[in-house]
Amino acid sequence: MKTLTCDVLVIGCGPAGLAAAYEAKQHGAQHVLLLERNDELGGILQQCIHTGFGVREFGEDLSGPEYAWRWIDRVRDANLEVLSETMVLSVDRSRRVVATSKALGLIEILPRALVLAMGCRERPRGALAIPGSRPAGVYTAGTAQRLVNMEGYMPGERYVILGSGDIGMIMARRLTLEGAEVAAMCEILPYISGLRRNLVQCIRDFDIPLHLCTTVIDVRGRDRVESVVVSGVDERWRPVAGTEREIPCDTLLLSVGLIPENELTRMAGASIDPITGGPFVDEGYATDVPGIYAAGNVVHVYDLVDDVSEAARIAGRSAGRYVSQAPRESGDVVRLKAGANVRAVVPQSLHVSALEEGPVVLQFRVRQPVEAPVRAEVRLGDRVLVSRRYRYVRPAEMVALTLQPRIAGELGDASELTVHVLE
Amino acid sequence: MSEQREFICVTCPVGCSIQAEVDGDVLIALQGQACQRGEAFVREELTAPRRMLTTTVRVTGGRLPLVPVRSNVPVPKALMFEIARALREVELTAPVADHETVLADALGSGVDIVTSRGMEAV
Repeated sequence: MKTLTCDVLVIGCGPAGLAAAYEAKQHGAQHVLLLERNDELGGILQQCIHTGFGVREFGEDLSGPEYAWRWIDRVRDANLEVLSETMVLSVDRSRRVVATSKALGLIEILPRALVLAMGCRERPRGALAIPGSRPAGVYTAGTAQRLVNMEGYMPGERYVILGSGDIGMIMARRLTLEGAEVAAMCEILPYISGLRRNLVQCIRDFDIPLHLCTTVIDVRGRDRVESVVVSGVDERWRPVAGTEREIPCDTLLLSVGLIPENELTRMAGASIDPITGGPFVDEGYATDVPGIYAAGNVVHVYDLVDDVSEAARIAGRSAGRYVSQAPRESGDVVRLKAGANVRAVVPQSLHVSALEEGPVVLQFRVRQPVEAPVRAEVRLGDRVLVSRRYRYVRPAEMVALTLQPRIAGELGDASELTVHVLE
Repeated sequence: MSEQREFICVTCPVGCSIQAEVDGDVLIALQGQACQRGEAFVREELTAPRRMLTTTVRVTGGRLPLVPVRSNVPVPKALMFEIARALREVELTAPVADHETVLADALGSGVDIVTSRGMEAV
């Protein structure tokens, strides 16, 4: 088995891996190696042919492939080494990585620092407990997106979409434009789970019937989906008797959430936050295993690729510094905990010394939407250290709150800060 | 006779809710937009709404059978289906460059449809 060494190894060449690798090189890593399972770089962006990417990163409204190629060119220009068609099989606490590579066969890589950038995967049907038989014609929205946008297949003619995530809404528009019929989009929650602009430009523009507080309770058909039965639900998501309705269709698409992809992170021994599904990280996106960092959607699922790139930059910078600077005393650590109407805070911990050097952005989602002005507060016990107003908060839209360096002086020997969203 | 209408701006991913007072297609007042593009969006929605169009066209001899395309600027919303239909008749031969025009002045809209990635030949 061939053994490779490098300063920083990045697993995954989607937007997170590309940005992390590029930034690691800019911050002291001489030899950066990227691994990609697919035969081309860019990850899921290559199938996201719609626009809406890059407004913050490039100041332009780019398609997914355009955004991907801008970063691929940056990585090429920086002379980073890339091994595509290479899949990682294992990672351990000492950062020993074993992978299979089309070009090199079974290889072992011993990097001085490792950045995990595997992204996320779609929640599958099995995670939903939809009863019914197993006919052909049930796809996740992202699988259908790949078939339609890259491989040139239409999975069906008449669709029902379960869930109102962004990929589901974007596919509703895409399929309609390609001549298919989207008979219904059903969302179990009383509000959509994707961005509101997609409600306008993907659902309302195309007169697609959207049913809130509604779910699929049966999939009918033996060889191929023939219909689904939908039902209204109560506030505890239980089907309401008497509201069932059968909708003829040949295809059911699932757009019911994304899950950070952390099999390798677990193998490496990093602790996982049960709420986010990603590793616990500090302000530099370091996991709790020394020399292992996490970038982008493996940490928690972002709304916008621009934010993935930004977070991945921080992870890459940390990895670059880890291999190029003398280790230093990290000092006091403060935990960041979710308070009122907050699901989980990323990063989950903060070094006071890092906050003294520069602002730290906290990211979180609310549990419940509030369509009225709210304030987000960071508290030390009962004392409010930061308070910021927002015009509204919605679970579908990640909230960012910046801690300024001056806060560091007020932390004393605090061990925990809490983040709250209050009406 | 003026009325209140709500718009969700689609110009960027923020998706501002904009409350507008309108009289027919005339904008009288508005609030809720986080930037000035919100006002431009509402004015356009009232008179001649436009949307970015993205789809794919066939390519032969390429690494993939399709190449993604986009409008270089938003197209009139009313023409989206017709332009998409016209693009179904387009067939390219690899290699294809990024930002290559595949349909110039689509249906007289003044908008060009261009590739949004290159496609190498195999």
